[in-house]
Amino acid sequence: MTPAGNRPMLQGDGIVRIHWVLGTDQLRAVCHCGAERLFEDPVVLWEWVLDHPEGHRPGPAGGAGTGPAEHARHPRTPVPAGH
Amino acid sequence: MTEFVRNQWYVAAYGTEIGRALFARTILGEPIVFYRTEAGEVVALADRCVHRRYPLSESRLEGDRVICGYHGFTYDTLGTCVSVPGQKRIPRTARVPAYKVVEQDSFVWVWIGDPDRAEATPIPRAPWLDDEAYTVVCGMEPLAARYDLLVDNLLDLSHETYLHGGYIGTPEVAETPITTEVDEAERVVYVSRHMADAACPPFYAESTGIRGRITRWQDIEYRPPCLYLLHSRIAPVGVLPNEDGTDPDAFHVEVVYAITPETEHSTHDFWAVARDFALGDDQVSAFLRENNRTVVLQDVVALDLLEKVVEQEADGYQELSVNIDTGGLAARRMLKAMAAEGRGQESATPTAAAGRGRS
Repeated sequence: MTPAGNRPMLQGDGIVRIHWVLGTDQLRAVCHCGAERLFEDPVVLWEWVLDHPEGHRPGPAGGAGTGPAEHARHPRTPVPAGH
Repeated sequence: MTEFVRNQWYVAAYGTEIGRALFARTILGEPIVFYRTEAGEVVALADRCVHRRYPLSESRLEGDRVICGYHGFTYDTLGTCVSVPGQKRIPRTARVPAYKVVEQDSFVWVWIGDPDRAEATPIPRAPWLDDEAYTVVCGMEPLAARYDLLVDNLLDLSHETYLHGGYIGTPEVAETPITTEVDEAERVVYVSRHMADAACPPFYAESTGIRGRITRWQDIEYRPPCLYLLHSRIAPVGVLPNEDGTDPDAFHVEVVYAITPETEHSTHDFWAVARDFALGDDQVSAFLRENNRTVVLQDVVALDLLEKVVEQEADGYQELSVNIDTGGLAARRMLKAMAAEGRGQESATPTAAAGRGRS
């Protein structure tokens, strides 16, 4: 039996981790402060990470679509190249 | 495009490229001439004579001094003009910039920016390239594309399945979810793709002798702007490292890229493959050299084409990013912040956690 998924590789208390949730199209962002959120768009995800500490409350991510309301409203649209 | 990141170390050449012949290479738009002194130290000077801009690389060495091939202006290893033809007075401004250089891990690193900031900036390591426990093949391919296209390419290896099928790509690469880690303080983007049960691509089947399915780990460690490491672990399915971290039953390949901008639209694409098996086996070395070069050239063809497309597109072109781009987006943000820092300004667009208080 082999483990599924990726193990944490970097050490330290300042690491931001983005996990592609197995079997889904979702990304789970884990901020260095411990806050977690699920996203379907990596661009919106990085906006949330960069907003720290705004909207970051430590705790496990909820179900799908539990990202901050302001981000959840973002349509999944292309962004200018170079973003 | 992402602007150049100045005030950083860049790989200028392999140490083996620099000898007693004058060697020209442009780094971040700056033409530089390299050579070794009689004692073997690497010297890097601006490749333009202060007199009439003649390339010093088209000149000649006499001892440790460069004598301009046009009018004979002569420079020492610090770039100071020590002789002007036909007159005794040497103008105070008669000097060319000298660059700080360091030889490390088989590379010649050059500092591009304010020399006073060089010593405080660590040079990232690729120790496998100069380690007797590894056998290395390497090369450098000119890329007619901006450097950030290569960063994008290397940070998302799902393209292996499509662009490099039959060499290093198998279906599992594109199908396996990735984990992206960002350490802002250490300036590293890490992208992990651990495949528990995957087909063994020819690149590894031929070099390791494994014929069945494999456990394949790809761990990207990008230390922007220049150094990219791919820690590749290959083992029969189910074979994992020991609890103490030792890993005697796996094959390890350290793939190293140095991404050095030449101009705004061209890049020096240094690549090296270090392995801890089949040490000194010339047949395996020839196989890996040929195959990796083929893979690099497949990228070169694709990125050269993409550069032409990008150059011709209208400003504000809209692109779409998906899950596989998570690491590439992190790298872009970090490069953008570092470019701003390199200009001596505050970061306009911080990377993940950059400039933010830790809670």
